[in-house]
Parts: sequence; C-alpha cells; structure tokens
Amino acid sequence: MASVELRQVRKSFGTTEVVHGVDVSIIDREFVVLVGPSGCGKSTLLRMIAGLEEITSGEIRIGDRLVNNVPPKQRDIAMVFQNYALYPHMTVSDNMAFSMKLAGTDKREIAERVDKAAKILGLTEYLDRYPRQLSGGQRQRVAMGRAIVRNPQVFLFDEPLSNLDAQLRVQMRIEIKELHQRLQTTSIYVTHDQIEAMSMADKIVVMNGGNVEQIGSPLELYDNPDNLFVAGFIGSPAMNFLPGTLVASGNGRGVRLADGCVLPAPSTSAPDGREVVLGVRPEHFEIGQSCVEAEVVVVEPTGADTQVFCRIAGTNVSAISRERHVFRPRDRIHLKPMDGKTYLFDPASGRRLQ
Amino acid sequence: MKNAANREGMDYLESLPRRWVTVYIPLLIFLFVLLFPFYWMGLTAFKPNAELLSSDGNPFWVQNPTLEHFKKLFFDTSYPSWMWNTIMISVISTFLSLAASVFAAYSIERLRFRGSRQTGLAIFLAYLVPPSILFIPLATMVFQFGIFDTKWALILTYPTFLIPFCTWLLMGYFRSIPYELEECALIDGATRWQILVKIILPLAVPGLISAGIFAFTLSWNEFIYALTFISASENKTVPVGVITELVEGDVYHWGSLMAGALVGSLPVAIMYSFFVEYYVAGMTGAVKE
Amino acid sequence: MVLSRFLDNRNRLGMLFMLPAAAILLIFLTYPLGLGVWLGFTDTKVGRSGEWIGIENYEWLWTDSVFALSIFNTFLYTVVASVIKFGLGLWLALLLNKHIPFKSFVRAIVLLPFIVPTVLSAIAFWWLYDAQFSIISWVLVELGLIDQYINFLGEPNLARASTIAANTWRGVPFVAICLLAGLQTIPPSLYEAASIDGASPFQQFRHVTLPMLSPIIAVVMTFSVLFTFTDFQLIWVLTRGGPINATHLMATLSFQRAIPGGALGEGAAIATAMIPFLLAAILFSYFGLQRRRWQQGGSDK
Repeated sequence: MASVELRQVRKSFGTTEVVHGVDVSIIDREFVVLVGPSGCGKSTLLRMIAGLEEITSGEIRIGDRLVNNVPPKQRDIAMVFQNYALYPHMTVSDNMAFSMKLAGTDKREIAERVDKAAKILGLTEYLDRYPRQLSGGQRQRVAMGRAIVRNPQVFLFDEPLSNLDAQLRVQMRIEIKELHQRLQTTSIYVTHDQIEAMSMADKIVVMNGGNVEQIGSPLELYDNPDNLFVAGFIGSPAMNFLPGTLVASGNGRGVRLADGCVLPAPSTSAPDGREVVLGVRPEHFEIGQSCVEAEVVVVEPTGADTQVFCRIAGTNVSAISRERHVFRPRDRIHLKPMDGKTYLFDPASGRRLQ
Repeated sequence: MKNAANREGMDYLESLPRRWVTVYIPLLIFLFVLLFPFYWMGLTAFKPNAELLSSDGNPFWVQNPTLEHFKKLFFDTSYPSWMWNTIMISVISTFLSLAASVFAAYSIERLRFRGSRQTGLAIFLAYLVPPSILFIPLATMVFQFGIFDTKWALILTYPTFLIPFCTWLLMGYFRSIPYELEECALIDGATRWQILVKIILPLAVPGLISAGIFAFTLSWNEFIYALTFISASENKTVPVGVITELVEGDVYHWGSLMAGALVGSLPVAIMYSFFVEYYVAGMTGAVKE
Repeated sequence: MVLSRFLDNRNRLGMLFMLPAAAILLIFLTYPLGLGVWLGFTDTKVGRSGEWIGIENYEWLWTDSVFALSIFNTFLYTVVASVIKFGLGLWLALLLNKHIPFKSFVRAIVLLPFIVPTVLSAIAFWWLYDAQFSIISWVLVELGLIDQYINFLGEPNLARASTIAANTWRGVPFVAICLLAGLQTIPPSLYEAASIDGASPFQQFRHVTLPMLSPIIAVVMTFSVLFTFTDFQLIWVLTRGGPINATHLMATLSFQRAIPGGALGEGAAIATAMIPFLLAAILFSYFGLQRRRWQQGGSDK
C-alpha cells in the first residue's frame, strides 16, 4: 500500500495538450475518484499512473518512488478496465493466476491466492468457467479478482461499472466500497458518473478540459463548490443557475433577475450592481413559500419525491420536494430558496463569489 | 446469421409458386451449371475408353465403371511424385508465409512503429501485383540463384503472393482484439513476446486457420511459376504435370486427364469441406478490409 | 530520456518483426518488379544476358499486329467477363440471401468452382468443349437445335466466347459469396422500414441494397477485374492463345514470347505494358476503400 503523488503532470498528443499540469496527492489507503465529463483527461491521467501512456512532463510517485520511466509491470499496480479485458481464452482461475504465473510464483501459492480472492468475491464455483460463460456482474468480479490476487500497492479502476445495467451498477458500487474497506488498498477510480464519485470516494478530484477544477471530500464539494463547473457537476439533479444583478435588499443582499423580481443572496464582498449567477440546488427550494413566482412546465412524480420543472424569468429551473404536489403545466407556483443554501458565481470566470 | 433468421419475417407475403419462379428455379439452374463440370469430370474419370468414344447409349451415365485411368495415372506417369511435390511445396510455403505474416501483421497493427501505416499500404499494394508480370524477371533470378527446376524455386517465390494476403488478413484479425487485453497483460508483467504468444496468437487462431487454408489453396492452384521454373517431369506440380505430361500429341487421354484433375482437386476440396466457414471468412475478409 | 528509449524499442521491435516478410517481399517482389521493367528495355534472351536497347521492344510491339490483337482481346475478355460475373454474381448473392433450405450447404458448394485449381477445372472445360465429343454439342444435336457439332475452341469468336464462359463460371461464385457477405451486413430493419414506407421489392433493391452494397461492389469488382486482366492459366489450358491468336491475352503472349520463344526482353516489355492498366484498377480500389470508411462513419484511426 502506498501514497500516490502527481506533480505538474502534463500530457500532449502531438501538439495538443490534453492534461495541463495536474497536482494531486493521494494518501495511503485513500479511495480517490477522478470524475469529469468525457474528454476531460481523467482516463489519460489514470493511464499515465498505470504506465500505459508516457508522461509528457511532471512527476508521478508511487510510494516514494518516482515512476515516470518505470514500465507498468514494475509499478506494483493492478487495473480494472472498462470492458474488463478478461483473457477470453483462459478460465477464470487462469485469468486470475496469469500475472503470478508470469512472475514465476510458486504454484501452491498461486492456488492459495486465487482461492482466497475467489472466496472474497463469491467466484469459487466459477473458477473453471470461461469469461463468455459469465454474466456481466460476474465478469466484473473476475476483473477485480485478477486485481486483488496480486496484492498490489495501488488499484486503478477505469470506469469499471459503465458496462453494467443500472441495478447491477448500484450493487457493484457497494461491493467495491466494501472490498476497499476490507483490503484498505489505495485506490484510484475513474468515472464520469458523479453519483458513483459521491457514493464511493474518500476524496474526489473533479476534472474538466484537462484541468483539476476542485479536490475535496464528497460533502465538501457539495457544500462548498469552488466554481460553476463543480457546482453544476456535483449533485443530482443539477444545481439551478439564475443570472441577475447584485442589489441591496431589505436588511441584506439580493439578486435581481431579468423580470425584476429579487431573490435573497448570501453575504458577499462583491459590490452592488455587479452581474452574478445565483446558484440554488433543486432540493433547496421550498415550494409554496412566497418569494418568487414560477410557471410549471413539467412535473415528474417519482414516488419518493416530486420534481417540478418550471421557468423563472425565462430561465429553466427545477425544484424537488418530498411532498406530493399536484401541479399542472402552466400553473403558477411560488418558490423560495432556503436561507444559507445559495451560492454566487462570477458569470465570466465561473469563480465562486464570497 | 442473425439477420438471415429475421429475414423470414416478411416471407409470408410471397406465395410458394412465386418463390419457385423467383428463387428456387434460378438457384437450381445456377447450381446445375456450377456443378455440372465436376460431375462430368468424375464421370469421365470412371468411363472406359470404349464408352468415351462411342456415340451410342446415354452419355450421362457409365455402363461399366473402370479404374483403368487411375491405374494408368498412378503407375504409368509421375503423378504420385507431382502430388508429393505439390503437397510439400504448398505446406512449406504456407507455413513460411504464415510465420512471416504473423510477425509482420502484429508489428504493423500493434507495435505501430514509425511508418507502419505506409507499410500496411505497401502490403496491400503487394497483394495486387499479379504473378503474370513477375514470372519473367523471377525466372532470370531463379536461374541465377541456381535453384531452377528445384522445389526451392517455388517455395521461395510463392510467399510473394501468400505473405501480402496473409498479412492483410491477419491485420484485420489483430485489429479486432481489444487493446485493453494487451495493456492488461503489460500490467500483469508480460513481455511483448509473451503477449504475442500467450494472448494474441491464441485469440487469432480462427484468423490463422483462415489464412492458412486460403494460402494452401492458393499455392495448390499456382500455375505460371510452376510452369516456368520447373522442367524435369518428376519435379512438376499437379496442375503443370497434368497439362504438360498427360497430353501426348493430338491424342488426348481424356479418362486419365479427368482422373488427374479429379485427384488433384480432392485435397483442396476435402480441406475446404472441413473449413468452409474459415475459407469464406478469409476470402471475404481480405476483400472487406 | 528513458521514455524515448521505450519508443525506440517499439520501433526497433517493429522493424525486427517486419524483417522476414519485408526481406522476402523486397527480394522476390519489389526487385523483380523493377527488374522486369528494366528487362523490357533490353534484348535479353534465354541463356544470354541482354544489352540496353532503349524503347526498341516497345517500338517493335507498336507495329506488331499480334500484340495489338492481344490488347484488344484482353480488354474484351476483361470487360465482357467482368460484366457478366457482376450481373450473375449479384443475382446469385441475392438468391442465396433469401431464406432457402440447406442454406449453408448450398453456399458451401456454390464456391467449389472457385476453390478447385483453375488448371484442373479448365481441363474439364476443355473436354466439355471438345470438337468431337462435346457433351454440349451432343445435347443440342439430340434436342434438334443444331445438326453439326460446334467447334467451340476452333473458331475465333466462338473460342473467345468459350473462354469467357469458362472464366465466368469460375468467377461468379467468388463475386457472389463476397457480395453475400456484404448483403448480410445490411441491417434487416432498413428493409422493414423501407417496406413500411411503401417501397416495392425493386425499389428496396434500388434504394437500400445497391447504395449499401456499392463500396464492397467497388472492391470486389476491382479484384475481379484484376484477376481477369492478368489471367493466364485458363487460356493456356484451353487455347494457348489460338486459334490464330484470337484468344491471346497480354499475359499469355508475354509468356509465349519469353519462355518457349526465348525472347525474355520482349516478354518483359509486354508484361510491363500491363502495369498502367493495373495501376488504374488499384487506384479505383483505393478510392472504393476510402468511400467505405466514410460510409461506415468510422474514422480511420
């Protein structure tokens, strides 16, 4: 087990730079999720840590060792691929034993370790099967089994759940987290799904366009997004953004929207008259409390809660509530952001204004 | 073949008589024309000379089948050694070409060395160079190398059309093997050599069979090089031997000629019958890529 | 940097793996290709190395009526045989793509003419075309359609037709099976959508099958044209170019002048004269391939 340290890591393909100087410190036993939209450079970063891509500049350390020029097999890592990359012509046990066979490990020890991994993952009865005879979830487990038999310093996961159906994904998410709690191996997990990131990570690295937008624990990111991107990316359904102008209002500050109505704003050092974007999460709107009027567009009752899509001053907004509201399209309803649950952003730079 | 099963879907709209006219009858005519020469070849091979030359009776059947033509073929001509030569030359040149092609295809498709794209294109162009424009310069080379009228003249020249074909086909197979398998093996600690031997080759077995079968039939079929580079009767291959040695002046021994053609076709036909799918995959794969 | 060493290794390993194939192809394909062109400018004879004589061979061929005839024959043979092969091959492919009994067996035996060595099947045709014992003539006489046996290989135009028929017989299965593979990649849902949109079977063929198939048609027909243009075996067995050079193709003429005739230089010149036509076919094929990639919407890595 080991820490992983990325310092000013850059990657260029030809003349296009796709990772622009990333700094991340991962401490021993941590479960870190790299999350971001497709093309943000998260997979490339992971592949550089694995040694599958060369590092254009910067440093990657695993433990105390600089691994920039170390080939993958000497980095003491294991990786779970998106399509699992199970060797189709080998049985489950051969798949798991392959790396140890290559390393010339003693046969008895190989068998022991494969058995142990199989037991942990509930694969014992499938050891003699071929990958094509397994279900998606079982293949996923074999891929993890192949990683854990090696007892590596770091686990790398490259979108391992994206080929599974929704139900299985939730189940495997729990299994991976449980496995991590049991083995305590430093893990780096890449996904585009922020729910996976929120539910599994000790620490999330939000990436966008080859840059790190913010690093923090899931709740830190949720409660204190640094910028518009993180605010919009983390949390589901996504945060609402209302453009407006900062004004004095009653005994505090407010944001005046295009149609003239004013919403309460958090305290800020920014001057009145400044263009801002007000961010409110759907779950932080109180429906029925008088503050701002909205026109209902669509209502989605899901049973547990009701999500209302409506329009305020020409901007689409969603609100979510535990109560079962019965609205119809074009009804006019009242929404009120909860105190202390709103955010201000600079529309140009996307930075949070505090 | 999934869509073949689906295609049944709207067949109910076509009446049976209509299907006979539009599908079955044309198909039967096609089959008749395509297969009749084989029937005729087989029939003639078993017909005694008297029946061959008489105009009485039903020519589409044989009254007194005979093995006389085969006997003549195997005992009075060098046919057995032509057969042996053809087998040797086809097998050796196929294996040589296959081995060279595996490395070349892996190198072009997976090692991605500098210039691999251009090399791939060059291989494709080489595939299009026909033997009929190479045989004259090759004949002078074969003479200079002192391998004229030996098996080596053919074993070394057949790869000129086998390697481009096999490489092109195998490139397609290698391309279909996910990169992640190799990356995973790299992380698992395999060397390039181990990846090739333990991951890629086992997965490319269908491709290897396709390429091998096709290469074998191409070598067996080859004519112009064998006709040009070989002169002694006992060194000839079946196609050349049959056409040059079984024809004596203006008297054609049709029975023996047909027996020779039949026996010479059997090895490829048998091989084909066992590996139809691989053969078709090889043929269409080379065209589709 | 060690990383560039890693890349270097990849290059070096790539070169190493390419070595056997490249060596064989350079020695036995590229070099003779150049040598052939060079020989075309010499007066090399069998057993005597030649002198450079410039374009003398070509000048002589320019006035040689047999050479001119062989070019005409080659084009006639290639164009007529290819057109027939395409028409019949496409028809056969469409038939085989229908729901028929014993489908895979039928498909397997259809390809037999293509896998059997050309020379050996050509011998069967030789026998079928025999002037005295031809079964075809026999049947036609019995049916009362003709009263004299047909001299299939003895009359110039009949010989041309007969060789083209034999070539077609061998080529149709190849075209059909390749096109069938193409047909099977067309999603059935397209036909279902077309028939719901009211397309007749012919319109489905015209607006779905043909456009979807056109890239593979381009490639298959390029190969077919290439094989037909450079054909040697069939002609050599059936007619050796006769009667009175009526079926001599450039390939057979080149062989005849060079090997039995001993004029290697002149034969090489004839073979070299085929190259421009082959290049045209290759370019055609190349653009056929390009179009296919575009149609699949796939990027070329």
